[in-house]
Amino acid sequence: MPPIIEMRGITKRFGALTANDGIDFSIEPGEIHALLGENGAGKSTLMKILYGLYQPDAGEIRINGQPVRLTSPAEAIVSGIGFVSQHFALVPKFTVAENVVLGHEGSRTLHPTAMSTTVMETAASLRLLIDVNAIVGRLSVGEQQRVEILKALYRDCKVLIMDEPTAVLAPGDIAALFDILRVLQGRGMSVIIITHKLDEVFAISQRVTVLRLGKVVGEVRTQDSTPAALAQMMVGRQTVTVARNTDHRRQDAVKLDVRDLRLTDKRGGLRLRGLSLEVRGGEIVGVAGVAGNGQSELVSVLTGMAAPDSGSVTVGGAPLPFRDPKAVSRLKVARIPEDRLKGVIGDLSVQDNLMLESVEDFTRMGHLDRARIRANAEALIRAFQIKAAPTDLARTLSGGNIQKIILARSLGHAPEVVIAAQPTRGLDIGATEYVHQKLLEQKERGAAILLISEDLEEILLLSDRILVIYEGRIAGTFAAQDAQIDQIGALMTGAHPHA
Amino acid sequence: MMDSILVLMGAMLRIATPILFGAMGETLIERAGVLNLGIEGTMLLAAFNGFVAAQLTGSLWIGLLAGALTGGLLCLLMGGLSVTLGLNQHVSGLGITLLASGIALFAFRILYGGATTPPALADSFQPLNPFPDTILTPVFEQHWLTYAALVSVPLVTWLLNRTTFGLRLRAVGENPEAADTAGINVYRMRYQALILGGALMGIGGAFLSLAQLGAFAHGIINGRGWVAIAVVIFGNWQPSRVLAGALLFSGVQALQLRLQAAGVALPYELLLALPYVLVIAAIALVGRNISVPAALLKPYRREG
Ligand SMILES: Nc1ncnc2c1ncn2[C@@H]1O[C@H](COP(=O)(O)OP(=O)(O)OP(=O)(O)O)[C@@H](O)[C@H]1O
Ligand SMILES: [Mg+2]
Repeated sequence: MPPIIEMRGITKRFGALTANDGIDFSIEPGEIHALLGENGAGKSTLMKILYGLYQPDAGEIRINGQPVRLTSPAEAIVSGIGFVSQHFALVPKFTVAENVVLGHEGSRTLHPTAMSTTVMETAASLRLLIDVNAIVGRLSVGEQQRVEILKALYRDCKVLIMDEPTAVLAPGDIAALFDILRVLQGRGMSVIIITHKLDEVFAISQRVTVLRLGKVVGEVRTQDSTPAALAQMMVGRQTVTVARNTDHRRQDAVKLDVRDLRLTDKRGGLRLRGLSLEVRGGEIVGVAGVAGNGQSELVSVLTGMAAPDSGSVTVGGAPLPFRDPKAVSRLKVARIPEDRLKGVIGDLSVQDNLMLESVEDFTRMGHLDRARIRANAEALIRAFQIKAAPTDLARTLSGGNIQKIILARSLGHAPEVVIAAQPTRGLDIGATEYVHQKLLEQKERGAAILLISEDLEEILLLSDRILVIYEGRIAGTFAAQDAQIDQIGALMTGAHPHA
Repeated sequence: MMDSILVLMGAMLRIATPILFGAMGETLIERAGVLNLGIEGTMLLAAFNGFVAAQLTGSLWIGLLAGALTGGLLCLLMGGLSVTLGLNQHVSGLGITLLASGIALFAFRILYGGATTPPALADSFQPLNPFPDTILTPVFEQHWLTYAALVSVPLVTWLLNRTTFGLRLRAVGENPEAADTAGINVYRMRYQALILGGALMGIGGAFLSLAQLGAFAHGIINGRGWVAIAVVIFGNWQPSRVLAGALLFSGVQALQLRLQAAGVALPYELLLALPYVLVIAAIALVGRNISVPAALLKPYRREG
């Protein structure tokens, strides 16, 4: 039997950059195939070519042995390909059902009840839990992802491409996603999954293709490989060191003091219910918790984007004004936002994005000092190994490199306090490692670091103290030395909220 | 008292007609993600072409068709500039208004020379009068196009909300990337919305020259296109609320005309400004909860 999909010699250039360089890639019917590679290796580009969103400069695509030309998503859909992109392509104002049938409605007039019913049936047959009449913009990220999957399946796809689906999911949702993928596989579908997490590769895939700098560096059966071997293939180096925080002795003064925050959201829900915490200089405090327990709200308050109903925050003894991002910058609070697309301005160049938070430092008598902006960008690009030129538009960078811009901007200027929200979401192994090192360096420098992450492993690796957030308050505190994973896990799900 | 209210209502409906056609057309186009500032010029050239075609052929229907075609073609041009070439929509739209107005006035000069009295049609569309000799006459004695304008509101609502075409049109105006990945041709959808909307605007313009005035004059549109745009914003891009906005404006306009005629002791400039001021105030008041089509003003480009 021929492979269901065969890409041969695919080359794609963006200006001087060759994002895909003679890539051969094939998918067997019924397999889950992991596509692995560092940030900017060309994974998304290759998948966009397969979905007809980009046109390759060279190479051919065969589906079931037949050469095809995919010049638009419409053609890819007809060929049985479904795509869940790294950044969701949904209409927020539409209902789930409307999003699912869009482009595939089946009749000239819409019949809302019939539409809901068929979508509901499709969802049920795949054991996807979703309210088909909900407005998509109000759903959680995990639910939106299910809508995307449903959309692809509703079009009867035979091959489902998922670009970094787990980057946006909480651990529980990842397990649920994998269950769904196994159901699909059971029906003979093929899945291409892009991820940076090696344990996920081993948990779900049968085959792995590794890209580096736009080229295929290896294609193996998962069971014949090891995480170390894959990591080495990906980064092209012998070993990947793991930075971890081992020195918990330091006891500086409290730099970030959060007292009794309460916050009600627009819809009247209580999001923060008297949350207090403190972080000392030279300390990394990890906040563990399942998404949606007040983490985003806490970050919004600390980064000057929202004001709480009551409570106070002081930075180095000075009160932090609420809803005043500029004041937050002045107090030397660096932030790494959880949604990296909101952290940069896509239509501005890399160098402009890199100076956005300190425009004053780059102006001379009201004029932008272009030479200084460029020098700043060049220095940060080097220091943070961003794969881009200063004048590239931010939106053309790969996801990981966008994240590096944000890091460079926030950590590049000796902060007192660092608010890091999901700082390694979507980053490759090397880059994750790099971010961890940078955070540890900030700790050495004496900065107070609040690390909010859904990745428990990351928290355990870096924190001096671990707080568990549950329903808007801190449900438990552990010193790094005696943190117990099962206890933390239990608190995260609210098992003994008063422990 | 009752009489004058009914007369006022009749005037309101008449004044609302061209604005309503324009606003329904603009609603369709904006819901697909294109702001069409070409509307003012489009309505003017459609009024002119409709008038000329009717005069040359002696058929009002051909005139109306010419008006609709003019609207569709000018919006096609708008599509070429803003959809295919991806140029700034403000600039393209204003450019089209300038171009179309220029053509209309230039052709007017060539065809009618320096005529001071506007040329009139030998016979124009005549109002229907379904309730002759009753108290309702002043309200219902309207052109069939006025009834058509009112009917266009539920039609556009139905088209947007109950048809596949409308779903796709809205998708393209909210998130073209999503529409594209769903296999919808974003450009084609936007062109279809533009042509359909343009035809409606054209009919709105032709209504003035073929029915209401039965003549053409330079100032025949006199800002009605801009009012239509304001009314679309007021109506939050929902046809029924757009209707409310159009009626509000025309109601105040009718009242204002009446007060002028009655010789109220207010400067007439003030009265003239009244409907505009009111619409602006209304937009400011209701404007807080607006839900603009998310992709309005954004040309769509696939990278790579
Ligand atoms: N539309 C574009 N224009 C210019 N350059 C682009 C464009 N899209 C991607 N690139 C460049 O091509 C390279 C590969 O990008 P791609 O998005 O495929 O990486 P990736 O492997 O998916 O990385 P990540 O893991 O960070 O998502 C990057 O250097 C990126 O900057
Ligand atoms: Mg990618």
